Amino acid sequence: MSKRVLLVEDEPNIIEAIRFILSRDGWAVDTHVDGASAVDKVLAGPPDVLVLDVMLPGKSGFDILKELRAEPATVDLPVLMLTAKGQGRDRELAERYGVTCFMTKPFANAEVLDTVNALKAGALGQV
Amino acid sequence: MSFNALVAISLAYVAFLFAVAYFAERRTRRTGGGWLGSPLVYTLSLSVYCTAWTFYGAVGYAARSGLEFITIYLGPTLVFTGWWLLLRKLVRVGRSQRITSIADMISSRYGKSNALGVLVTVMAVVGTTPYIALQLQSVTLSFGVFAETEAETWTPSNPASTGLWVACGLALFTILFGTRNLNTNERHYGVVMAIAVEAVVKLLALMAVGSFVVWGLAGGPADILARIDASPIAGWEIVPARWAGLIFTSAAAILCLPRMFQVMVVENADEAHLGVASWAFPLYLCLMSLFVVPIAVVGLATMPEGANPDLFVLTLPLREEWHGLAVFAFLGGFSSATSMVIVAALALATMVSNHIVMPLYLSRQKDGATMAGDVRRVVLLARRFSIGAVLSLGYLYYRFSGGSAALASIGLISFVGVSQVLPALLGGLFWRGGTRVGAAAGLITGFTIWAYTLFLPSFGDAGPMSEVMMAHGPFGISWLRPQALFGIAGMDPLIHTVFWSILLNTIAYCGFSIASFPTPLERLQGAQVVNVFEHTLGARGWTRGSARAEDLLMMAQRILGASDAQALFQSEAASQGKAGYLPDTTPEFLARLERELSASVGGATAHAMVGQIAGSSSVLVEDLIRVADEAQQILEYSNRLEAQSEELERTARQLREANQKLTEISIQKDAFLSQISHELRTPMTSVRAFAEILREGDLSEQETVRYAGIIHDEAIRLTRLLDDLLDLSVLENAQVSLTLGPARLNELIDRAIAATGAMTEVRAQDGLQVFRNPADEQIDLVTDADRLTQVFINLIGNAKKYCDAEWPQLQIRVRRLAGRAVVDFIDNGSGIPDRSQDIIFEKFSRLSDQAAAGGAGLGLAICREIMVRLGGAIEYLPGQGGAAFRVSVPLAEGAGSARAAE
Repeated sequence: MSKRVLLVEDEPNIIEAIRFILSRDGWAVDTHVDGASAVDKVLAGPPDVLVLDVMLPGKSGFDILKELRAEPATVDLPVLMLTAKGQGRDRELAERYGVTCFMTKPFANAEVLDTVNALKAGALGQV
Repeated sequence: MSFNALVAISLAYVAFLFAVAYFAERRTRRTGGGWLGSPLVYTLSLSVYCTAWTFYGAVGYAARSGLEFITIYLGPTLVFTGWWLLLRKLVRVGRSQRITSIADMISSRYGKSNALGVLVTVMAVVGTTPYIALQLQSVTLSFGVFAETEAETWTPSNPASTGLWVACGLALFTILFGTRNLNTNERHYGVVMAIAVEAVVKLLALMAVGSFVVWGLAGGPADILARIDASPIAGWEIVPARWAGLIFTSAAAILCLPRMFQVMVVENADEAHLGVASWAFPLYLCLMSLFVVPIAVVGLATMPEGANPDLFVLTLPLREEWHGLAVFAFLGGFSSATSMVIVAALALATMVSNHIVMPLYLSRQKDGATMAGDVRRVVLLARRFSIGAVLSLGYLYYRFSGGSAALASIGLISFVGVSQVLPALLGGLFWRGGTRVGAAAGLITGFTIWAYTLFLPSFGDAGPMSEVMMAHGPFGISWLRPQALFGIAGMDPLIHTVFWSILLNTIAYCGFSIASFPTPLERLQGAQVVNVFEHTLGARGWTRGSARAEDLLMMAQRILGASDAQALFQSEAASQGKAGYLPDTTPEFLARLERELSASVGGATAHAMVGQIAGSSSVLVEDLIRVADEAQQILEYSNRLEAQSEELERTARQLREANQKLTEISIQKDAFLSQISHELRTPMTSVRAFAEILREGDLSEQETVRYAGIIHDEAIRLTRLLDDLLDLSVLENAQVSLTLGPARLNELIDRAIAATGAMTEVRAQDGLQVFRNPADEQIDLVTDADRLTQVFINLIGNAKKYCDAEWPQLQIRVRRLAGRAVVDFIDNGSGIPDRSQDIIFEKFSRLSDQAAAGGAGLGLAICREIMVRLGGAIEYLPGQGGAAFRVSVPLAEGAGSARAAE
């Protein structure tokens, strides 16, 4: 059975890195760069895991997360949030909105891969 | 004395006048006037009252009707000595309301009604045309006098064509100096100075001829008095009705003639000049009339029977072979004629363009007052064409009226015509009850009677009034006989017209004023004019906050020109305690703006233009209360309170702004660390991820190269960011050392354009098209060339990145302004919204959050710091249609200030 991940991120180099890491492990990686249309994109075909950046053009990752949690189809979707801001306040905000997992850039490749796999297996519950 | 020599002398004289006007204008622009604005020049300029009719015609008049000519001088003398309070009021109103002409005066007083403006303009054109014809005729006649004495065989050149050349030359002079630019206060120093010089020439010429007659031809004063006693002039008797009528007419004319209004009110630079003029101008008139009777008496005695007495001033010296004196006299007459025509054409052109052409033009513009483009060119063009049209009318009248009537009669007809404005003018100045309807009724009544009883009959039998009609009235209705209205026959035709037209005019004005109800704006304007000395209230009538300052600026730029308009807005913003170019649109500001605009395009048009943007003006009850005398005390008290509350409001506004800015900056400071973190971590993420991928190995050669390349690029991006941060930090802490040296502005701009790769000539695929004017850019600076270029690169780069127009274009405009070189970068995108204009120079204030733009939002912050170090400034310039930045640097001689800032 195929493993599908959707990556919402606007930095082309980071997209390329994550795509490389995950697809080497057998993931089908779908990417999306625009924040404003990200919710529609997810609802159109919910992936197994969503990797979400915070600073996005059009809409912030926090708003996207909030909206996804309000939709029945994605209320339990595993979401890994990546941020480059790295302030405690951001983590609190993400948790309040119901993030599954939160990670600060720059990250270790292995850590990202492990986390995504664990999210798929349901090993990580709500944090 | 050959005819050609005379033509050459005239041309030399005209060239001299050109030079006078040119230097006066230049001097005023440089030094702001100095002695040019003295009361003497003002008084001399008033002498446009003395036209060729006075110069030549007065002698003829004296020869025909004895001392009656003196009435033409008595009227103005009475007004200036006995009633200069009226003049002072007129001038004060003219200045406080920025009046541009007599039509503007009437229109502004009666609620800025353009209909009245049009009415007065038409009357003035009709009334002045014969007068201009008269001047052309006099110049032509005086040329003819010289031509005849030359040789019997010489056939006089077609007099009509001489008139045509004179008309063309005068049109050229008036256009050159009267419409050179659209002055904010509508003064023409060059023209006034030339007129003053001409005033001196004509006075000296007439006095020279007079002295020649008294001491040369006659045996001195005693002999002259004896000759006067013996001449037919001594037998002449005063006709009281005619005297009273003529004195009244000339007194009215000095107030109402468009050209007199122009020199007396519009060109007045200082109210105090009237004090000097009140005795000096009558003195001038006295000197002008001193030798009229002696010349007439000696002329009648010595010249052959049938000689034209209108030309005695010329023919007497010629007959005695005093050619030099004759030429001088000719120049005097020439001066009288030309000065009158120039000022009259100027005054009429202002009226026609402000009250007829501009309203038509504006009503045809669908976009309203804010559309782009410069209206000043339209106004100037309208004036130039109007001048041409006015002179053409005068010429045609001269050509087709045959130029035969005695000089004085056309002059008097014209005087009576323009006097019809008098009731509306005086009523407007002294009676608050006068209304627009009343003024229109009076004007139409008086003007109709004048045209019917005097103007149309003056064309003679061939004209519209046949002999039968004159004798029996239209359709045989005898009480409508043009020269015997209501059956009262036997009056002198001129006095008949003066009496009936002014009487019925006044009755209609008062009657309709009492019967009609004035609009609020009329009341307001009425009170402002009538009580101009009591309280100088700012004109109100605009409501707060309905206009956007940026729209107003756009409109003002089109009329006042970009730099004047920007200066006006900036000073208003500063007085409100705001920085930048966009003041709050308070009613006071709207009124001030309207006043400034009306100096250029007239009150009614300015009011309409501001109204297009600010919405229809509404006069508030409080404005009307301010007007009421009964509430004077309340008013004074509330004025004081208002002044205090204004002060408070200004302080509050400053505080509010400071507070808002502080809050914004504090939020930005908070965001600063988060921003730095984000900007550093993002490239670092890619570096780390690909470094790990490379370390694990097992990659193709191609992938290895590619991933190493990404790491390399991201490392460079990090370096650039750190460079920017350090740059800014160094600049902010003033530790930077500038490398000052000579530089040429155009080279710096060249370098910046080359560095950003913008296209200047051919449009490349999604490139930015840059428009420059290399001639303006030849400016030498002493500055840090690299730093200044860095600023230019940043601005051009921003235009490239953010200009969202389909065909992005960037205008680079350079000019010198107050010791600085000013460089404007204006693109054609959608610009920067109002609320963001204040913060774009702060750090990390990238307006769009597209990382694609590639910068960290530090560019403009760095630019601002650089410009401060260089002793210059960079600011956002609103109201240009796109994003616009203004960079100003001190010129080469200001290098000291740059060094001081170091």
